[in-house]
Amino acid sequence: MTAARLSLTLGPVLYNWPVARWTDFYGRIADEAPLDRVCLGEVVCSKRKPFLDEVILDTVDRLERGGKEVVYSTLALPTSKREVRDIGDMIQAGYLIEANDMAAVQLLNGRPHIVGPFLNIYNEEALALHLKLGAGRVCLPPELPLESIQAMAAGNQAVEVFAFGRPPLALSARCYAARSHGMAKDACQFVCEGYDDGMEVTTVDGTPFLAVNGIQTLGYAVTAATQQIEALRQAGVVSLRLSPQSCDMVRVAQIFRALADGVTTPKEAHEALGVLPLPGPLSDGFLRGLPGCTAEVD
Amino acid sequence: MTAKLELVCPAGTPAGLKTAVEAGAHSVYCGYRDETNARNFPGLNFDRGEMREAVAFAHQHGAKVLIALNTFMRAGATDLWKRGVDDAVAAGADALILADIALVDYARKAHPKQRLHLSVQAAAATPEAIAFYRDRFGISRVVLPRVLTVEEIARLTAQAAPCETEVFVFGGLCVMAEGRCLLSSYATGKSPNMTGVCSPPSHVSYREEGSSLVASVGGFTVERFEAGEPAGYPTICKGRYMADGNVSHLFEDPVSLNAVELLPKLAGVGVTAFKIEGRQRGRAYIDTVVRAFRRALDALSTGGKIDFEELRALTEGQRDTVGAYRKAWR
Repeated sequence: MTAARLSLTLGPVLYNWPVARWTDFYGRIADEAPLDRVCLGEVVCSKRKPFLDEVILDTVDRLERGGKEVVYSTLALPTSKREVRDIGDMIQAGYLIEANDMAAVQLLNGRPHIVGPFLNIYNEEALALHLKLGAGRVCLPPELPLESIQAMAAGNQAVEVFAFGRPPLALSARCYAARSHGMAKDACQFVCEGYDDGMEVTTVDGTPFLAVNGIQTLGYAVTAATQQIEALRQAGVVSLRLSPQSCDMVRVAQIFRALADGVTTPKEAHEALGVLPLPGPLSDGFLRGLPGCTAEVD
Repeated sequence: MTAKLELVCPAGTPAGLKTAVEAGAHSVYCGYRDETNARNFPGLNFDRGEMREAVAFAHQHGAKVLIALNTFMRAGATDLWKRGVDDAVAAGADALILADIALVDYARKAHPKQRLHLSVQAAAATPEAIAFYRDRFGISRVVLPRVLTVEEIARLTAQAAPCETEVFVFGGLCVMAEGRCLLSSYATGKSPNMTGVCSPPSHVSYREEGSSLVASVGGFTVERFEAGEPAGYPTICKGRYMADGNVSHLFEDPVSLNAVELLPKLAGVGVTAFKIEGRQRGRAYIDTVVRAFRRALDALSTGGKIDFEELRALTEGQRDTVGAYRKAWR
């Protein structure tokens, strides 16, 4: 079998990590992780962005020197004039952009870019339209089942699948981290900073369910597409997205690299992930057309 | 200041459509009985014949019919949605409400003269996103996500022109940005974007625990009602959860949207259409709500006084909110 090499993309850090932690994280990623490209930038809350602005140039430089293609990810739910202007500024600055909202697609105006998992691209025709608009690679929405991916990925060398990390589920105007602390978003005191993998949300009877990251809600379970790796490759998927969690992401990248190269089996990859201090159990329900929370079975 | 204001009302069934039209709806919105629309519930929606009759009835009474095909087309099966577009045009729809970029593209190419509205599910929340759909596909109106403040709506409406804006003013409230929420999909495998349902009845269960009633969605407990407490329909985003040791309605209290007090302001900034949510609601409810809002819009158009008390009474016994329209909600 002459299957194409699957590339690995590191998604942007979605959580509000302290700046020192953020820069250290990307420093290690630059030096050690077998990744093809790294997306970075504040995707969730524009209030966090000024902190990253101070260090982002150095971080980009560091990653590029480490041989990674660097992509600037845009805010997923821009609403204010300033938030949209910031997206335009990054486009003007010449970064390769990952569009996470249609405002970014409009501002890109046909320039080559990539598309993140926050745009609603659910079928082959929507995908073709985005490719025509300049998208070179598209990370599909995490809820898409394998069946849909198979109908979309063949022949275009453009499809990336969300393969690791807590799946992003929802965005809101309201900040739930602030709300849970009795505050409003405008006076949030950055309470989200204390939660490296988001704030865990359980049912009243104690069953883990979701994770809150400011205005964003994620699944508690950690998506892991290890069992489907061969089916994804056969479908024509060209890239896997690993979404940063607080565990050792260099190790996660190594596990997926070895798996994608056929050096390890899905079972071995599953077990290797299982020994990491993950924030939740491994799950692959979305890919199997089941509830997204469904546990992965090896 | 005011252009012609349009009251856009839900019609889950042919009977509901008649009720809404007779109660004074300027427009009704409805969908076909399949996964092409975002209210894909067993007892709701229209077959092809019913839709043609509904359009004829509405037109006889001077009302418009907006047909919603506002889920995202399933990969490998996009014909179902395109056929829906063709049939809606043939039925005489005054506008189609669409969310999927590829369906918008198809509708524009196959039916160049058909009026198209952008569904709230398309999540166009900026002037740039609206410009994208307006300039490329000739979208005539955009239904705004319930994530915006009145101030943002004002700016957006000015920049969207000649594309009109439509806002939700009454009924159920999505707490998350519409069309970008996978909570139901995560818990139940049934998704608003793909199958047109959210927290569907097929995945809701109730059990008694002592004197309280526990409601679950997809096996996750979302609410515990104490004896005598009114038990509302359990929706994931309005459930009670534990975070950091505190139990609360973390995302939103079990409230519904009532933006009646903002009507003059919204009309003042140029919003032309006001939408009532609730295709799943009964005819008595539709009749009451539509009549009240029609009187309010007529008063607004003629410079008369709005009977705010009447509109507030519509949610009597139920808690309501103006949601994100007011910044402090965030």
